[in-house]
Amino acid sequence: MTRRSPAKAGVQERASAAVAAPWTPAFAGEQADPRTEYLLRLGDDSLILGQRLSEWCGHAPALEVDLSLANLALDLVGQATLLLGEAGDGDRLAFHRDVLDFRNCLLVEQPNGDFARTIARHLLFSTWQHMLFERLTQSADRFLVEFASKAVKEVAYHRELSSEWTVRLGDGTEESARRMAEGLDWCWRFVPELFEVDESLEALIANGMAPDPREFEDEYRTAIANVLAEAKLEIPADQRPIRGGRRGHHSEHLGHLLAVMQFLPRTYPDATW
Amino acid sequence: MSVDWPLWEVFVRSKGGLAHRHVGSVHAPDAELALRHARDTYTRRMEGVSLWVVPSAEIVASDPEQAGELFEPAESKIYRHPTFYDIPDEVKHI
Repeated sequence: MTRRSPAKAGVQERASAAVAAPWTPAFAGEQADPRTEYLLRLGDDSLILGQRLSEWCGHAPALEVDLSLANLALDLVGQATLLLGEAGDGDRLAFHRDVLDFRNCLLVEQPNGDFARTIARHLLFSTWQHMLFERLTQSADRFLVEFASKAVKEVAYHRELSSEWTVRLGDGTEESARRMAEGLDWCWRFVPELFEVDESLEALIANGMAPDPREFEDEYRTAIANVLAEAKLEIPADQRPIRGGRRGHHSEHLGHLLAVMQFLPRTYPDATW
Repeated sequence: MSVDWPLWEVFVRSKGGLAHRHVGSVHAPDAELALRHARDTYTRRMEGVSLWVVPSAEIVASDPEQAGELFEPAESKIYRHPTFYDIPDEVKHI
């Protein structure tokens, strides 16, 4: 067996991907059709957050929390498998795209930080995802209805669990309250992106395939405020929002995550499970 | 962290009509999170339809040192088992 340099293998893979994949970005930044684009956005959200959470495996504050976070991660990777599989060749999309072709929101790619920041990120994301998936069960798209009907139960649990932890950390010790407040503060500037609607999403909203996130933004902000009130935490001060994930403009953190997630199938393209 | 958390005994009902069975224990800061931990630790593979958690400190246990006086006397009472009756072949489901 001859050894191939990872760089060379990567080049060959990209070349063959152009032939084999049902959908392949011609160049970074190009948008697919609105439905594919939507599947990529939802699928990448789940994939990247799943990968992030799995970084806790073996490092969580307690064995029980370790299992708990790994369960959340597995739910999310399972969702990504369905969504990216509907968008095209799921494995290729997960492992052979580069940073600029990922469509996840910026919130999910943020580093774990401490346990409190991970919980803050999960509270803010899963509350949004739960409200979205609830509405997605009424979509005009049959796949999305079937997908959302299954995933909404998983996400309801994610939302409850992260809400409970937020209350315990916020209303816990002085240190846990400080860490929880700092975690929320870190994540807060990525919330407005969740409610962004561009032309691509507009088209899906118009034909009834996707819910309009702006319609549940008030409900979302109220729900988060209620959890924070129970946790005896202040609502973070609004900061300049950071957006761009849906167009492939990501923070530097995503590249590092992809390097870990993608190196094996890119270095050994013929590897089988 | 788990050192500071109390221990909870976990009971799972595997399906409707069956009794809850002890499956193990989890650490958790309070009852609600004990249920969450029990769910994430013991029902990941569809093992159950219902969960109980009980603070381990609330379990009253027999003293292993008294096992002799508590349990050995039963060993010599085989007549307490209903094994001395002939059951007619026609009787099913006994």
